[in-house]
Amino acid sequence: MGDDAIAEAMRQINPHVVAAYPITPSTQVVEAFARFVADGLVDTEFVATESEHSAMSACVGAAAGGGRVMTVTGSQGLAYMFEVLGVASGLRLPLVMAIANRALNSPLNIHGDHSDTMAMRDMGWIHLYSENCQEAYDNTIQAFRIAENPNVRTPVLVAIDGFQTSHMVETLIVEPDKLVKKFIGEHIPSYPMLDIDNPVLYGAADRPDYYMEHKRSQLVGIINAPEVITQIGKEYGDLTGRYYGLVEEYRMEDTEYAIVVMSATAGSVKGAIDQLREEGIAAGLLKIRAFRPFPADEVAKSLSRTKSVAVLDRCGTGGAQGGPLFLEVRTALYEEKSPPQVINYIYGLGGKDLPLKHIKDVYLRLREIARTGERGKLVDFLNLRE
Amino acid sequence: MVSFKLKDIATREERLAQGHKMCPGCGIALTVRQIMASFEEPVVIANATGCLEICTGTFPQSSWKVPWIHSAFPNAASTIAGLESMYRAKVRRGEIPKERKIKFLAFGGDGGTYDIGFQALSGAAERGHNIVYVCLDNEGYMNTGGQRSSATPTGARTTTSEVGKVLQGKQQLRKDLTRIMAAHHIPYTAQAAPSKWLDLMKKAYRAFEIEGPAFINVLCNCPTGWHADPARGLEFVQRAVDSCFWPLYEVESGVVRITYKPRKKIPVVEWFKDQGRFKHLLRPENEELLESIQVEVDRIWNQLLKDAGEEI
Repeated sequence: MGDDAIAEAMRQINPHVVAAYPITPSTQVVEAFARFVADGLVDTEFVATESEHSAMSACVGAAAGGGRVMTVTGSQGLAYMFEVLGVASGLRLPLVMAIANRALNSPLNIHGDHSDTMAMRDMGWIHLYSENCQEAYDNTIQAFRIAENPNVRTPVLVAIDGFQTSHMVETLIVEPDKLVKKFIGEHIPSYPMLDIDNPVLYGAADRPDYYMEHKRSQLVGIINAPEVITQIGKEYGDLTGRYYGLVEEYRMEDTEYAIVVMSATAGSVKGAIDQLREEGIAAGLLKIRAFRPFPADEVAKSLSRTKSVAVLDRCGTGGAQGGPLFLEVRTALYEEKSPPQVINYIYGLGGKDLPLKHIKDVYLRLREIARTGERGKLVDFLNLRE
Repeated sequence: MVSFKLKDIATREERLAQGHKMCPGCGIALTVRQIMASFEEPVVIANATGCLEICTGTFPQSSWKVPWIHSAFPNAASTIAGLESMYRAKVRRGEIPKERKIKFLAFGGDGGTYDIGFQALSGAAERGHNIVYVCLDNEGYMNTGGQRSSATPTGARTTTSEVGKVLQGKQQLRKDLTRIMAAHHIPYTAQAAPSKWLDLMKKAYRAFEIEGPAFINVLCNCPTGWHADPARGLEFVQRAVDSCFWPLYEVESGVVRITYKPRKKIPVVEWFKDQGRFKHLLRPENEELLESIQVEVDRIWNQLLKDAGEEI
């Protein structure tokens, strides 16, 4: 299962400190890791906190101390952490956080959607989204390398879809412990607080004369991240045969109609594409792996060849002009000479299923838009009972 | 044991540098200096948002000669817990030699401790981290202009517990946080005041000496929020002690010990007078309210005497 895949990566990474609070559907990560701790398979200091707010706070303290630190959460837990998320990125602490994406209350719902991580999309974290258990495992390992890269030093979250991936039983290739250990390497702390002979101050107050300059300097890590994510994805591929970039294209080389989506649904879309291709419909997929920083150039380059695009957001609009992914994609295409028509679908909120039929319908509509030039409704819902 | 001779304390290197921006006469600044001078081991500090944090850590200056972190308002306890966990992980892996003893200290005001940071503190205490948490209790949100907290005494005027035609200051009882922390059955809990500096320093020393979580609650006068003469701050704090509104005691391994018993217990009105925030309580029409406050203070003091096995 996706949760176990992440836990297995954590066992191999053997962080100094894991501070976490259990929440469905990522509880099994914490439980599996607690078993590793109990069996002495890791020498991690496991801090089972009384809340997610304290989990992230303990992660901030631990990371400032100078070592590898990780937590796991999602949904309400992530929302509860919110104020400390900005502290982690503001202090440039190389934490890693695994997320099993889950809907936000109210109504209470324990199932998957992206409204939790989308709500923190501008908190200065790097976001990696995983399609399946294998990607969850691979991304968790790569996340430490990305976060700790001296040119990045920015916290990274690795997201999987709640239940669709967190509880999905799949075949997983687990790399040898030695290979993972070698790949992530020794942790080299930067300005560790526990180096008591060289006292440092973390978290100073700023007046208006310095705040903006500091906010700008914090961005450096995010700005440097795409190159580092790409390079580490290649390095990981050379070792394992599984290569990773900022985005993944599926049958995009000659496509006219493209869907843009993140995480588990990309798998369903690939299935729909294979069927449509047999029917002679030139369907393609652009999967976003790194949502933050947003790979605008890659997205524009990939989609500029298409005639029509549907962006699938697993998150509501909250009164914006569309879902968060849609806004990014449409903006990325703004300077193209003849951009494709772009529409937006909200899907899968609170674990709502998305059968292949609906994905195929999206492609048929994209073909119709390309044929007639009539875009129709800009933002709509998929598989919604009206 | 570290020497508590005045000469030795005075010549010990100060780890909170002079030149910080705390108000003249601030009880917090005094308390922090007393605590920092009560032990000699290296220390790492987490500071909740508040007066002490703002006045000692505004970029580009720092008053701290020791590693120090500020994260947010409610999480000094969980932040120091994370640091202490990292220390243990690094010692276990041999990345820090185990002879290298480091102390872990958190400071929070009453807002960051009694109220918004209470959950984090309770959690850290229950988990048994080897930390010392010091609450700098000046009985309100004084850094933001003096709003009520759950540490604000009954009847006190604050900007959110106003005195008007209908209400006479804070309506509710204050939270007895020291007893609540003692109820966590942590190894050491104490209540102290900077006016009894030796008592305070010995408690701090004991808190650092003991393995496991320790909590010290210190009443600190506020030069602005108490609406009283800043030069007499310690006198007011001592009146709180002598009225038994703020008893000095410690709870170690469940045993309650009163560390200072006033020779003559003064009425609470003595502690209230000369402070603007209590002025209205001295009016004749508030006599009944004043009396009920006295009854409550006596009840809690008598309970403490009983718990300490002393005569009432």
